[in-house]
Amino acid sequence: MTTQDVLVIVGPTASTLRKIDTAAIGFGKRAAALLSGEFDLLLLGPLAAEAAPQFIPFGVRKIYTLDHADLADYTAEAYTGAVVHFAKEKNYRFLSCTATSASRDFFPRVAARMDIPMASDVLEIDQMNGDQAQLIRAVFVGNLLATVSISGPQVLATCRASKFEASTEGITSKSPIEAIELASALACADKKFISITEQASDRPDLTEAEVIVSGGRGTRGTEGFQILEQLADQLDAAIGCTRAVVDSGWMPNEMQVGQTGKNVAPKLYFAVAISGAIQHLAGMRSSKTVVAINKDPEAPIFEIADLGLVADMFEAVPQLVKALHAEN
Amino acid sequence: MKILVTIKRTPHRDARMRIAADGKSLDTADVPFEINPFDEIAVEEALRVKEAGQAEEVVVVTVGIEAARDQLLAALAMGADRAILISTDAVAQDEPLDSLQIAKTLAAVIQSEKPGLVIMGKLAIDDENWQIAPMVAELAGWPQAAFASKLEVADDGKTARVTREVDAGLEQVELTLPALITTDLRINEPRYASLPGIMKAKRKPLEVISLEEFGPLSEMGGIGESRVHTVSYQALPPKEKGILVDSAAELAAILKERKLV
Ligand SMILES: Cc1cc2nc3c(=O)[nH]c(=O)nc-3n(C[C@H](O)[C@H](O)[C@H](O)COP(=O)(O)OP(=O)(O)OC[C@H]3O[C@@H](n4cnc5c(N)ncnc54)[C@H](O)[C@@H]3O)c2cc1C
Ligand SMILES: Nc1ncnc2c1ncn2[C@@H]1O[C@H](COP(=O)(O)O)[C@@H](O)[C@H]1O
Repeated sequence: MTTQDVLVIVGPTASTLRKIDTAAIGFGKRAAALLSGEFDLLLLGPLAAEAAPQFIPFGVRKIYTLDHADLADYTAEAYTGAVVHFAKEKNYRFLSCTATSASRDFFPRVAARMDIPMASDVLEIDQMNGDQAQLIRAVFVGNLLATVSISGPQVLATCRASKFEASTEGITSKSPIEAIELASALACADKKFISITEQASDRPDLTEAEVIVSGGRGTRGTEGFQILEQLADQLDAAIGCTRAVVDSGWMPNEMQVGQTGKNVAPKLYFAVAISGAIQHLAGMRSSKTVVAINKDPEAPIFEIADLGLVADMFEAVPQLVKALHAEN
Repeated sequence: MKILVTIKRTPHRDARMRIAADGKSLDTADVPFEINPFDEIAVEEALRVKEAGQAEEVVVVTVGIEAARDQLLAALAMGADRAILISTDAVAQDEPLDSLQIAKTLAAVIQSEKPGLVIMGKLAIDDENWQIAPMVAELAGWPQAAFASKLEVADDGKTARVTREVDAGLEQVELTLPALITTDLRINEPRYASLPGIMKAKRKPLEVISLEEFGPLSEMGGIGESRVHTVSYQALPPKEKGILVDSAAELAAILKERKLV
């Protein structure tokens, strides 16, 4: 018999508590509240045990950690095996995680292995009971919202990190931690992890930042991004960009914001020399305040900008940096 | 080696979709359709592997309505050799299949076609589910490399090296074939079909199989009922109109006044 309980999965776990982690908890809490069920957390990977204490103040029923030699390097196949091993006998009503490049890779495999229907990138849970869940998602390049109904005793869902939050306020219960032992192999013999290339940066992560300074093709590459870096330095901002910038080789792929890049919703988003194609808007339109600087007054970015400045970025951004600096 | 490429018919990438009067469906009357951009990239990648002498045949498949024939023809015009339309006309007129149902159908196509490599799109730009490819890999019991920005098939055709675009940067993995990969934007720039290509496409084999009569699928247990339904569509909440400022100094002043910096 399926319970009314919720499982939130974090994997691979990082050593620090990230926005994507608290979003996952917020998502799980929302589901558990609607179901009047309990809520457990499963932390996966080599840092699970080390990170677990940071999750205690959120007051979940139980924190499980699961590490295994085959989880040392991320692969979809091994992470799928770990989740299924843990969840298959437990009959959770709702299994969830935040949408990341990892969960987009392994969670649908879990859905297929367990034969459970799945919803991706959920913005809000409308209603949920024993065999129906109504979830709200963005579709058609973020231009429409769809209310999706999922039937059956179990549901898998990923959420948008920017839409959920969890606080520890007023919570006094302390979650117990249990390490799950798993002896059998998880890795797929036909896949070998070789390496990962990450660019070290002192800046906040795009998905963590309160302020993002994004540049488009009009930056002309290094020339313009050097100027944007000054603005970002001043505001402790992350740097983002459009697809055109990554395609030109000016910035690495992990900086791309948009439908196919990162989805962000900072307090303040600067779109500099960005035209505002729908695929870019899809990744940043829920930012609280959007500032657009573009020399073309007709640029579509101005349609969604809260504050717009029609100007050449090579003049306007240095002036802005100066003006912000002046009275601080 | 045979390469299987999956295709979805989707509204044009820059189309603005409108909600129909019933609030439950979309007004597609004036909307042009095309191959999902990521699937077009998948077709291109398969053709490149074939042109490098590492594959003999590129087969494209879609699970969809009769109209999706146009997208199969477009893929044949690009250079694919053969097309399969698993027709849902009889079953899915007002109840579209869910991701797992499509994945099960595609897994059955793999069973019957026995490709060495399957290339899919990382997402379909209409529903934006990001689901079907890993589901298919799981059902086939295959390794996967999603979000590929580079594919190198080894000379002996036994393995493939894939560079993946992930949140942290770029990841390299090696797959023993058969395997499934999904395309990201930067893996290639798809070619346009040539006029002779378009002419030839009409003579290439295009097999139409009714979903209900697809033998390999019933042997695997069928697709079951659809469990995911779109109840309604809503427009985005209207955004308050912004203001235009005259200078960087004014912009700085407002940002400070609103305590945004
Ligand atoms: C399937 C698909 C997925 C996509 N996914 C994404 C995605 O995830 N993210 C994304 O960003 N795009 C994505 N795109 C691409 C998107 O359609 C646009 O092509 C892209 O966003 C354009 O980037 P841009 O605004 O930098 O360049 P352009 O559209 O070329 O705009 C450059 C702008 O800079 C302005 N400008 C030029 N010089 C100056 C100056 N000196 N000062 C001020 N302004 C100046 C110009 O007026 C212009 O508005 C996708 C496309 C497809 C088909
Ligand atoms: N009806 C379909 N027929 C064939 N392939 C499909 C279909 N729907 C989706 N796909 C494939 O699955 C990929 C991912 O789609 P999705 O998971 O729906 O975002 C697409 O890029 C296609 O390659």
